[in-house]
Amino acid sequence: MAGRVTNVVFAGLGGQGVIKASDILAEVAFERGLAVKKSELHGMSQRGGSVTSDVRFGQEVFSPMVPEGQADYLVVLAPEELENSKRHLRPGGVLVPPDAVAAERLPSSKCLNIALLGVLSAHLPFEVEAWLKVVRANLPEKLHEMNDQAFALGRESAKKV
Amino acid sequence: MERNRYLLTGDEAVAQAAVDAGVALGTGYPGTPSTEILEHLSSLGGRSRWSPNEKVALEVGIGAAFGGARALVTMKHVGLNVAADPLFTAAYTGVTGALVVVSADDPGMASSQNEQDNRRFAVAAGVPMLEPSDSQEAYDFAALAIEISERWRIPVLFRMTTRVCHAKTAVVRRELAQPKSAPSFQRDIPSRVMIPAYARPAHRRLRQKLAEITAWNETSGPNGIEHSGDGTLGIITSGISYMHAREAAPGASFLKLGMTHPLPVEMVRRFVDTIDRCVVIEEGDPYLVDALRAAGLNVEGKSEMYRFGELNVGRVQRILANDTSPEAPPPRGKPPQLCNACPHRTGFTTFAKLNCIVAGDIGCYTLGVLPPFEAMDSCVCMGASIGAGLGLRHVLPEEQARRVISVIGDSTFMHSGITGLVEMVYNPPPTGHVVVILDNGTTAMTGLQEHPATGRTLDHKSTGKVSMEDLARSLGIPNVVVTDPVGDPEGFEALVQRALGGGGLWVIVARRPCLLAAGKIKEYERQAGAAAACSSAS
Repeated sequence: MAGRVTNVVFAGLGGQGVIKASDILAEVAFERGLAVKKSELHGMSQRGGSVTSDVRFGQEVFSPMVPEGQADYLVVLAPEELENSKRHLRPGGVLVPPDAVAAERLPSSKCLNIALLGVLSAHLPFEVEAWLKVVRANLPEKLHEMNDQAFALGRESAKKV
Repeated sequence: MERNRYLLTGDEAVAQAAVDAGVALGTGYPGTPSTEILEHLSSLGGRSRWSPNEKVALEVGIGAAFGGARALVTMKHVGLNVAADPLFTAAYTGVTGALVVVSADDPGMASSQNEQDNRRFAVAAGVPMLEPSDSQEAYDFAALAIEISERWRIPVLFRMTTRVCHAKTAVVRRELAQPKSAPSFQRDIPSRVMIPAYARPAHRRLRQKLAEITAWNETSGPNGIEHSGDGTLGIITSGISYMHAREAAPGASFLKLGMTHPLPVEMVRRFVDTIDRCVVIEEGDPYLVDALRAAGLNVEGKSEMYRFGELNVGRVQRILANDTSPEAPPPRGKPPQLCNACPHRTGFTTFAKLNCIVAGDIGCYTLGVLPPFEAMDSCVCMGASIGAGLGLRHVLPEEQARRVISVIGDSTFMHSGITGLVEMVYNPPPTGHVVVILDNGTTAMTGLQEHPATGRTLDHKSTGKVSMEDLARSLGIPNVVVTDPVGDPEGFEALVQRALGGGGLWVIVARRPCLLAAGKIKEYERQAGAAAACSSAS
C-alpha cells in the first residue's frame, strides 16, 4: 500500500548493541532513499537497564516513535525483555526473538545484534550487499569478518523457519 | 537520491549548522540529551569546550558574542537554571555577534531529576525562542537563530526535547550565511555595563526588540499553516508534538509554530477564526494554551493528566478525543544499575554498613539509592549534596548529625561542589562534616566526558588540571585524604568511620577510574606522553 510506514522496534539491555542495530537498519533504509526516522531512550542505558529503539521508514514518516501495538517487526536481544516488549508488536507482526539464531553458532555473543539483523533482513526489501556495507561502516575493521558471519548466520536461520 | 542528504540526530544537526554557519566557539556542560552537540561540533573540526558548569559556559559565550563572534552554548534543561543569572541580564545587554543558547528538555525524565518546561525561561528572560521538530529544522532553525540573534542583537533560546535531540532524521545541508566581519572589540559601555543607570534603558530596549520580533514573527517567522479536511478540527502545536499530532489526526488543519516566543498571536487568531474546534497540542506545561487564551482565543488545551511525561501518537489521539480514562502504566523494564565492579560500589556498601545519612548528588552514583545499597537519602540538583548535608548537620540531634555524609562525584564537584566546601569552612556544623568525592576520573553518566579535574579538554587533549585535594586544602579544610576504595575497601571503611566519629571537617577523595573509562584514560595519557616526548626532542 502506497505511503505505508514500516515500523521496527528493537529491545534489549544496555551494552547489547540495541542502538547500533537500529542505527544500521535506519541507514540501510536511508541509503535506499526512503524517509526514515529513528528514536530511542538511552539516557541511563549504559548502566545495563532496558533499552528500546524505534526505526520507521516509508514514503513519509511523522512521529519518530512507533505507536504502541503497531510494530511490524519486533527484534528482542535479551530473553528477559521478551515479555515487556511484546506489547509493541501489532497482531500478525513478526517477532525476532533472541534465540532466532543458535547461540552456540555465533562467532561471539557480542554479534547477536548483527545476527538478529540478518534474521530481520530476510523479511525486508533491501539487498544483502546494502546491509553488509552499512554493517561494516558501523564497526571497526577487525570486527568485519566476525559480523559478516553473524549476519549470514542470521539470514540463513530466517530461511529455515 | 540527493547527495547532500544526511541521516542525523537533532544534536548532530545543530552541530553541523554551527560549523556551516561559522560559529567561532561552542561551550556547555554535558547533560542528556544535549551532550552530543558539542562532541559532534568538535568531531567536525569546530572549536568546542566543556566548561565547569552551564553558568560559566554561558558567560564565556556572552564574552565571545560581545567580541563579535558567533557563539553556541549547550545544556540540558536543568542546566539553564544554573545559567539563568547570566541569561536574564544578557537579554538586557544584548550581543554584538550571535549567541544561541540550547536548552535540551527531557519531558518524561528519561535521564533527569525533573521535567521542567524551559519555554517558561524565554518569557521570563525576554528572549526569542525557536523550537525545531526534527533534525532538518534543528539545522535550519539553528541558522535562523544566528540570524535573529545578529539582527536584533539579542540572545536566542533554542529549545529542543529528547525526541528531537536523539531522533535521527534526514537533513539537507545548504550554504549558510557567514559572519560579516571577524571578531573585534568595539567599546559600548552603556550596552554592556549593567549598572542601574544603564540597565533601565536597556530593559526598555529589550522590550522594543521583542515588539519588533513579534511583528516579524507574525509575517515572516518560521510558522506554517497546513489546511486539509473541512475545517472542523484545527491543531496548534510546535516541536515534536507536531509530528505526533500530524500522524494522529491526518484530517486536521495545522498551525505549526517554529518560534514560540514571542508568539504570533494575530496569526494564530486568523487560523482559529477559520476552524470550528481548535486544540493546542503541547508537551509539558500548558504554555501555549495559557498564552493564547489570555489573548482571548477560543482554544482547547489538554487534560492535566497529559502534563506528565512525553506525548506520543496514542496520547495525542486521546487528547483529541477528550479521553481522560486512566492510561495503562508502561511495564517496568529493568532499571539501570551500577556496573558490576564499579568503584562506586565500595562506597555505597560502606555507607550502608555504617548506617550513614547520605546527602547525595547527580551522576551514576545516584544509582546507589537502588537495591542492594539503598544508601542515599537525598538528591536534588548538581552540588546539593554538600549544602544539604551541612543543613542536616546543623539541625539534627547529635547522634543523627554525626551520621550525615555528603557524597558527590568528581565532575559534579567541579560543577557546583566548590562553593559548598566554602560554606563548610565558613559555617562549620558543631559536629563537623564529611564530604566524600567519588572520583572516577570522568563524567560517567553522560558518556565519559572530560572536566577540569581530569586535565583533558573536550577532545581529550592535555590541558590545565585542577587538583580537588589541593583545592580543599587551600580552603583550610584540615582533614583531606585521598584513597583508593577498591584497592583497600577495609581501609576506606575505617577512614569513613574515623572521619564520622572524630568530628572536624573532612574531604575524602575516593579515587578509582570508572571501569568504562579506564582503558581510554590510559590511552589518552599514553598519547599525551608521546606528544610531550616529541616536543621535548624537537
